[in-house]
Amino acid sequence: MIPHDFSRIDPKRRVNLDYKKRQFAKPEFKHQKYEHRLNYYILPPTAEITLEEFETWAINRLKVLSELEACTFRNRTPEETAEYMTSIVNKYLPLRSNSSRGQNLQEERKKDHYSHFILRLAFSATEDLRRRFSRLETMLFRLRFKDDDPRERKDFVSGLKLEWEEVGADEKRELGNELAAAGGVKGEEQEWFKVDWERVPELVEQRRVLLKRGKAYVPQREQISLVVAEFTRRLDEALELTSRALPRLDEDDRLAPILAHLSHSFTSPDAAYSSSDASIDGLSTITANAIDTLSQHFPLCMQNLHMTLRANSHLKHYGRLQYTLFLKGIGLSLDECIMFWRRSFKLMTDDKFSKEYKYNIRHAYGDVGGDANRRGRGYTPYSCQKILTEPLPGPGQSHGCPYRTFTQDNLNALLQRTGVNDKDLLKVVKDDVSKQRYHVACNRVFEWAHRREIKKVKDDGTWSATDLDTIVHPNTYFKRGWLLKHLGDGNAGVVNGGEKMEE
Amino acid sequence: MPHSISPESTPAEDSSMPHVNAQPLKSEPSTPSKDIAMSDALSSPEDSKTKVNLEGLFDDEDSDLEFPSSASQIKSEEEPSQPEPFRITSRSTFSDPEIMRAFYQRLFPFRYLFQWLNHNPTPSNDFAHREFAFTLPNDAYLRYQSFPTADLLRKQCIQLLPSRFEIGPVYSTNPRDRKTVRKASAFRPLTKELVFDIDMTDYDDVRTCCTGASICHKCWAFITMAIKVVDVALRDDFGFKHILWVYSGRRGAHAWVCDKRARELDDSKRRAIAGYLELLKGGDQGGKKVNVRRPLHPHLDRSLNILKEHFQTSILIEQDPWAEEKYAHLLQLLPDPTLRAALQKKWDSSPSRPSTSKWSDIDNLAKTGALSKTSKELLEAKQDIVLEYTYPRLDAEVSKKLNHLLKSPFVVHPGTGRVCVPIDTRKVEEFDPLSVPTVTQLLSEIDEWEGEGEQKVQDWEKTSLVPYVEFFRTFVGGLLKEERRGLKREREEGGDEMEF
Ligand SMILES: [Zn+2]
Repeated sequence: MIPHDFSRIDPKRRVNLDYKKRQFAKPEFKHQKYEHRLNYYILPPTAEITLEEFETWAINRLKVLSELEACTFRNRTPEETAEYMTSIVNKYLPLRSNSSRGQNLQEERKKDHYSHFILRLAFSATEDLRRRFSRLETMLFRLRFKDDDPRERKDFVSGLKLEWEEVGADEKRELGNELAAAGGVKGEEQEWFKVDWERVPELVEQRRVLLKRGKAYVPQREQISLVVAEFTRRLDEALELTSRALPRLDEDDRLAPILAHLSHSFTSPDAAYSSSDASIDGLSTITANAIDTLSQHFPLCMQNLHMTLRANSHLKHYGRLQYTLFLKGIGLSLDECIMFWRRSFKLMTDDKFSKEYKYNIRHAYGDVGGDANRRGRGYTPYSCQKILTEPLPGPGQSHGCPYRTFTQDNLNALLQRTGVNDKDLLKVVKDDVSKQRYHVACNRVFEWAHRREIKKVKDDGTWSATDLDTIVHPNTYFKRGWLLKHLGDGNAGVVNGGEKMEE
Repeated sequence: MPHSISPESTPAEDSSMPHVNAQPLKSEPSTPSKDIAMSDALSSPEDSKTKVNLEGLFDDEDSDLEFPSSASQIKSEEEPSQPEPFRITSRSTFSDPEIMRAFYQRLFPFRYLFQWLNHNPTPSNDFAHREFAFTLPNDAYLRYQSFPTADLLRKQCIQLLPSRFEIGPVYSTNPRDRKTVRKASAFRPLTKELVFDIDMTDYDDVRTCCTGASICHKCWAFITMAIKVVDVALRDDFGFKHILWVYSGRRGAHAWVCDKRARELDDSKRRAIAGYLELLKGGDQGGKKVNVRRPLHPHLDRSLNILKEHFQTSILIEQDPWAEEKYAHLLQLLPDPTLRAALQKKWDSSPSRPSTSKWSDIDNLAKTGALSKTSKELLEAKQDIVLEYTYPRLDAEVSKKLNHLLKSPFVVHPGTGRVCVPIDTRKVEEFDPLSVPTVTQLLSEIDEWEGEGEQKVQDWEKTSLVPYVEFFRTFVGGLLKEERRGLKREREEGGDEMEF
């Protein structure tokens, strides 16, 4: 092991930004030679780059990572993601194999290497950022690993010297059936590795390996999981170390603002929700009593919660949370919200309600809880992304996005109950859902339900195209829907830039 | 979320709303209090006595003294106000403060709890940096409590009389000092047992015998099945050995996997285990809840073999899930339209056939030719149905986070008064939740006990808590033995390195 870590090296030595000096000084550090296209990012960069390179390279990589994140949000399959990302990667962060005989292989790899380390610095400050960065970098690594030249990939992997034990012929025969059942392949037909199960958590989670007494039997073709898991493990460790070294970096006033800017542009979507988003011109102060009427404008996920609540006089925890935050997002005050839930839980005593439920509502509104919770005015209403990436509801639960959680038949029934009965539309929705384009289906239903109003605002030019872009937040769905249905009330054009809650 | 919360949930990220995080002033150790404020306890004259006592207690599994028996207890605590001897009357209920006081003073096995969490006879940070959270009689919830020794935990319990307390992770610094550490990252959870929570509420859509909080022997079978399936997977697949199952006091069970390897798992690995064990997907509107590929993964194959028999008795006979018109759901789970139509016709004309008959109708009609798909597909659909009705339903969120808290073994369930006793998995079928002793029953047993001879007998030994405490003691003994072996191994390996 080479004990270098980016975090342990004085940034001033690593990135010499004084270009005046640079003209005269000899580079102190040698340029690294990159044998492989893939990189585990063990060695920190050592050569000098300009401040401009520092920033552009980082922004380019950030662009790639953001698009990757958008793919998960849109529920693209790995194949669709790979296809979609090709042009983006080629534009911002090309990285070709040796066999491509490209001219700038070394330059490309250097940019990949450096930009990774710059973002590592920018995103190591908080646990949340680290997790997100690690997840996206892992996705990028996996993407590249998959489309690498097979021979070069093999070279890269054997160069890693990861320790794994091969399963011998005897054991393979003995475990034949079980190996086959776990891996979905004939046991003796391929090679298997034996590793501690902790090395391949994602294969364990999906039950794609055989487990025996703490060892996981990994088929050759799942090697990618091992390599990727190891990539993540090392990156997480390195990020942890970097975060502890960060305070020293703060003293570097040339880099700090750039890094702060980078990490800010990565976080802002979440933070942009503000109470002004809740206020809708022309909609009088919302009371608990008004929810039943207003619910006709809610997106399907919230209508479902509302109907379930009315049917059972109860909702389970995650449903309550999702719905409470949405109601908060449409401008229901804390007091009215408590009132709403109190009346909705018809079968419950006041005492039980106060003890077990009220506090959670207040917490969601930021009325109680730690300083951070109060300052942040509680939790942010959930975006579609959040709702779509949450665990699926279990028995008795009804949170989540119905386009994702309902069976085809039940979804159809639910849509029809809410007045969506156009056969052609239902067919297209079905198709969207089967391709896991849940938010596309939802937007389609919205456009159908408001087709006349949308035509009108488009025709008379009162709403711009951005006022009608894809809905990615339940609160936007409500706000836009309500405004469209009340065009005559003098609200035309009031959809402003206020809808940047979460993307 | 009755037994679990994650600390420090950030508003935007964490989807679970935390419990009350109130910190009533009287809990602060520095607050003077008439009897046993912590600071007093540390410097009290009894302290030295306590220490000697503790060291004596922890040197091996089989030392003879529990906490001093009740009479000397009262003296050493200097609590003259304590009624003596304590009498249970027919009017006593388990929520009485005096009942809880007597319970913590006389019955709760603090010593073994300490050994269990400390992994070592000598007090260490495994115990001292461990978070405890108390639910007080006024329902305030007190987080981030910690104690250097078993005795101080005990004293705090006797002082605050929590209706229950929960156990969280071992932190990198003492949880009481969390606000004084300079950097937030200096206070982080390091280790905790891998835990599981199985609760009957998750079975409400397949349970016909009872609803809500009540249980009976019939529906307890769901929990028995779950324990069997999860326990064997944890042992045979993951290689864990020290698994403690505990009755949750009302309608479920908890598991504590105590192996060192399990305690050190990070969240992603806990999530992996939870995912490995989770099978049922989809809410009430999700239709078919089991969708697994074939061939079945060895874990599922083994589970199915365990569950098949239970399905015949516990489900078909005892729950009778498709009685009368309820067979509609069964039809929905069958993939073959021809067979479905034939069954529908048969059952429409005789809806009162019991579930057992309806279940065998499927094969019988299939044999007479009412099948348009292959018999393999039918078999798989039937397997899926067996799994849907019997496979464990875990509250997976509890297992996924290192920093989740879980109710301690041996506390009293405030709703039922029953003690959360361990369940011996070797005799899991025999475990009867309805005969688990209640706190009031145990205290009467002490009063009714008529012992003779010179030997001092500890209070718990006079009660039906004995088998449970002894089971726990043996469990803890096994864990400590393994920890010692592990330490020795580490030392030896370390030694080898030194020589090179
Ligand atoms: Zn029952």
